[in-house]
Amino acid sequence: MIEIDSVTKRYGETAVVDDVSLALPAGGITAIVGPNGAGKSTLLSIVARLAPADAGRVRVDGLDVASTPGAVLAKRLAMLRQENQVLARLTVRELVAFGRYPHSRGRPTAEDERHVANSIAYLGLEPLQERFLDELSGGQRQRAFVAMVLCQDTDYVLLDEPLNSLDMKHAAAMMRLLRRAADELGKSIVLVLHDINFAAAYADRIVAMRDGRVVFDGPPEGLMREDVLESVYDMRIRVEAIGDWRLAVYYR
Amino acid sequence: MIGRLALALVGLAVLASASLVVGVGDLDLRGLVTGGADAETLRLLAVSRIPRTVAVILAGASMGIAAVIMQMLFRNRFVEPTTSGGAEAASLGLLAVALLAPDLPVMGKMLVAALFSLAGTALFLLLVDRLPVRSTLIVPLLGIMLGKVIEAVTTFFAYRYDLLQSLAAWTNGDFSGVLRGRYELLWVAAALTALAYLAADRFTVAGLGESFTTNLGLNYRRIVTLGLAVVSLVTAATVVTVGTVPFLGLIVANLVSMLAGDNLRRSMPWIALAGAAFLLASDILGRLVRFPYEVPVGTVVGVVGSGIFLVLLLGRRARFG
Repeated sequence: MIEIDSVTKRYGETAVVDDVSLALPAGGITAIVGPNGAGKSTLLSIVARLAPADAGRVRVDGLDVASTPGAVLAKRLAMLRQENQVLARLTVRELVAFGRYPHSRGRPTAEDERHVANSIAYLGLEPLQERFLDELSGGQRQRAFVAMVLCQDTDYVLLDEPLNSLDMKHAAAMMRLLRRAADELGKSIVLVLHDINFAAAYADRIVAMRDGRVVFDGPPEGLMREDVLESVYDMRIRVEAIGDWRLAVYYR
Repeated sequence: MIGRLALALVGLAVLASASLVVGVGDLDLRGLVTGGADAETLRLLAVSRIPRTVAVILAGASMGIAAVIMQMLFRNRFVEPTTSGGAEAASLGLLAVALLAPDLPVMGKMLVAALFSLAGTALFLLLVDRLPVRSTLIVPLLGIMLGKVIEAVTTFFAYRYDLLQSLAAWTNGDFSGVLRGRYELLWVAAALTALAYLAADRFTVAGLGESFTTNLGLNYRRIVTLGLAVVSLVTAATVVTVGTVPFLGLIVANLVSMLAGDNLRRSMPWIALAGAAFLLASDILGRLVRFPYEVPVGTVVGVVGSGIFLVLLLGRRARFG
């Protein structure tokens, strides 16, 4: 369980995350949605101790992320940021293997090797595993990073815009894969997503943020209503029903 | 992998043998091979040729390692001690010692130079952090500018205190003065690079960026501190014993990265070998180019290296637009 308790983060005068309290129970997929600048990524970074909070605290399974040793947290929680400017010229396989570092500490066992092979297979990267990262397309690289994060084999997986630079086919495949990881491996997955239709189709729960605050927290059906969406995004969004499936139409 | 590394070692051994026989003093080769070498030949080898060759190998290897560590920490391919103010700051440190405490033993000189180098690199780090646009080329450009500013300060004081000639001797890398008893500091540099190899995985992770490093449970600041300490000490040791050799580490680290990638645990041995081989070849070239006189190796590498540097720069541009 992730407990976020009155977390605030300011840049100068503006509070990017403004006194947010949330409890995310273990298991399932939680999607964080909201307009640009709502504080989604910042909140996720604070939970993953990649950015310090100015006030409040975050606990993951009871461990305060600000004071728990990094090596301990690295076995429970993994996060992939949105922008990944990587200098090191590694092969896909080498990169994924570094995901095992919290467990192997640089001395990989047969168990670690098995995890690496599984993650690579999970993301369909076998044909690319000996390629260098700078020889891949943006989407392929994104999948390699996700494989690395899954290889870390933590209960909690935090992904900031994992569909970035993925085409339709790979975006849908990525969401199905995350769904499987949640259902079959029992992972708790927290995602920042731009596309509310993807969020509604795959998440168990949606948290909507606006101006640093949580404005909605509940199941997808609750969010996919025209009045709720308007209050989150400040624009008219039509909601169409296709069977029992609701689709937000905001293209024109 | 091991096989290819062994092959490269043989290549280095060939270069080293060449380095042993090239020089002005007469070397009784036939005597050496048959085992009946005269005392003069043995003395020449023990006092001059062997120390020089060993010094070149140690310096080349550790410069390569220092460069790749810096490249990972700054996440920039064109950063190394001579493009970040670190080497120039070490020279300033040496000048300070010459002016204020000329009797300091060589180990003390190295430590002072290392502290200056560390301060120079830290200043560079601060400046880079404040850059509004952190483009690939701006970072080394800033480093070279910072280096020139430090160099100007050094030159000013050297001029005032009539030390310009000594300064020129320190700053341009040159192995002609290497004799037994005057290069042993380089073993310290080599030991430090060996130590750095133990942390190879950490430096690779640092090359993935601060977020990845923290996410994997490692302390990014601690890795940066360790890396910069190693780099400063290595830079100081080489500047104190032989002077600066521009671009050497940068080029070697880039070439190895292109061929073998950046998994440092795998690539560091190659970088060390390639650094040693490149410096050795340049030193031999410098000895032959206008025999019996010598061209300092710093000049040779400066000429050859800046050419390769340019090719690397333009090549990267083409690849990454």
